[in-house]
Amino acid sequence: MLFKVFPKEELSRLYTLLAPDRIIGPLTKGRDQHGHPLYDFAVSRNFAELRLDYGQTLHSLKNFFLPYREDLCSFSFPKDGSGNWHKEVDYGAFVPLVFFGLHPCDINALNKLDKVLLEGRYPNPFYGAKRAKAFIIGHSCTPQPFCFCRSMGTDTVLRGFDLFLTPLDEVYFAEIASSRAFHLLEQLSCREPNDHEHRRYRQQITTRESLFEAQVETSDLTKILDLEFQAPVWQEWGRKCLSCGTCAQVCPTCYCYGVEEKVDMDFTRAHKEKMLYSCNLLDFASVSGGHNFRPQSHTRLKYRYYHKHRGFVEAFEESLCVGCGRCGQSCLAQITVPEVIASVRASGGNE
Amino acid sequence: MKSFAKTSLKSFLGVPLARPRVAFFELSSCEGCQLQLLNNEATLLEFLALLEIVRFREGMKEASDDYEIAFVEGSVTRKDEEERLRNIRAQAKIVVALGSCACFGGVNQLKNRFHDLEWVKQEVYGSWPVDTQEAKPLSAFIAVDLEIYGCPIKKEEVERIVTDLVLGQQVRHPQYPVCMECKAQENICLFDLGEPCLGPVTRAGCDAWCPSNRLGCWGCRGPAPEANLTQLYAIMRDRGISQERILDRLECFGGFAGFVADLKKEKGEEGKE
Repeated sequence: MLFKVFPKEELSRLYTLLAPDRIIGPLTKGRDQHGHPLYDFAVSRNFAELRLDYGQTLHSLKNFFLPYREDLCSFSFPKDGSGNWHKEVDYGAFVPLVFFGLHPCDINALNKLDKVLLEGRYPNPFYGAKRAKAFIIGHSCTPQPFCFCRSMGTDTVLRGFDLFLTPLDEVYFAEIASSRAFHLLEQLSCREPNDHEHRRYRQQITTRESLFEAQVETSDLTKILDLEFQAPVWQEWGRKCLSCGTCAQVCPTCYCYGVEEKVDMDFTRAHKEKMLYSCNLLDFASVSGGHNFRPQSHTRLKYRYYHKHRGFVEAFEESLCVGCGRCGQSCLAQITVPEVIASVRASGGNE
Repeated sequence: MKSFAKTSLKSFLGVPLARPRVAFFELSSCEGCQLQLLNNEATLLEFLALLEIVRFREGMKEASDDYEIAFVEGSVTRKDEEERLRNIRAQAKIVVALGSCACFGGVNQLKNRFHDLEWVKQEVYGSWPVDTQEAKPLSAFIAVDLEIYGCPIKKEEVERIVTDLVLGQQVRHPQYPVCMECKAQENICLFDLGEPCLGPVTRAGCDAWCPSNRLGCWGCRGPAPEANLTQLYAIMRDRGISQERILDRLECFGGFAGFVADLKKEKGEEGKE
């Protein structure tokens, strides 16, 4: 890894250099009933509106790579009745996207999605086309009370970005991970970090580590989940669950989807449309003939935890959860990952 | 799916498609759902090309009783409407309940909240002789083949449903609640703004129309097939939303009548203790 430092006021110059592409960054979306700001990733029009000190965004940035709805292909049928239909596929990657100010959890989330959607046997070209056009600038964060990324090993990030910035007093400490980032920084008044800045950077890491509050004990978790598959505590969470799919919609790594075919009203076109779905929704496991493998709320909620914390770990030796805490924050029933995992771990332990 | 007479010039992938004869009817309603269909200039001609409309009071003078599909808007609030509805059922191959009034009673059923309907009649109409009874959905009197939810209906959804009907495809309603569509629009949750919202229990399909305009959902499309009302009620109470306010919302369109009845019974019993 290459390290450089540059004065903080130079950051707006970096923004300007990247402005010909579409810049996505954390912006203030509004305020909640108590006046606290609410953030989301959105297309940014000027540097001043970026909120790089944001705690967490309401939604993840996955819809820039995995849109909530996306046409997988469309068909056109000639009116002459000849039957010479034509198929079109559009990967939906229009302009290069610059992500300005992603926290380690969200960069790690993209790295995990890559494992499934790019590095698997059947790479997903819709995801890949958008991913290939992304330039990612990471930014260090202040852990929020609900963040448990440290438990998931996703509080730091080693790859998956072009540039990672940590503010230190008057400078940005920059980790450079791509040649494009290196050449961009050449256009700023950059220099090598000195010993003092090395120490400050390491101090910063220690300070940040001390700020984490929420945690999830992950040791032997796959085995414990297997042992506690029938634990009654799942039913308690199931009674709370609204089966609304919110957790999956805000999750940076939930990629499950359904596909629907739609025919235009004039019968000259048809579309195969993909829609991000959630395993918490009633008909997620419904199959032809009408059978539903998971008709009960708790079996669906459990399935989501088993995919994140068991199935994915067995396949990739890491969890699919990055501990961003969005699902718990947006769940009206206040179902949070740390509490669910702790309750399952506690199951059977009191005998 | 029932088949229609093949009177169409349309075809899809070489298969000729029927152009069903369709009639629109209105019982007690504002006819706003029917107006929604006419309100769609961009695709109106395509929509009309799918169907042979033989009766549509909002858009034509002619009226025939020779139809295969009947779209019935409104709730039943009079004796003569019951009779009319049974005649429609006898004629139509498919009866479609169009809009919240037809599906659940709609805003009309709010009067059912009052125990003394004679008093309601007196308050509203005075001494004017009006035949009126408890407002009920179509399904209280006849078998309904298909329900199209919403107050008003969403025209894009009607177009999709009619296209599926003509193609002979299964008509699918979303099985998930409004939250899914609201999150897909990345709205700020109404609960974060301190507002009540029935999005977590209401059937989707409206594209989170109201929440996207910062109005909490009033449940006009009725409950999603899995609606955890007990939990949502507890959540709202925890957030300091009064029972009266919650009931106003749940009772507005009639879709949650079962839960409301249970709740009132339960609370009534608590009150007696």
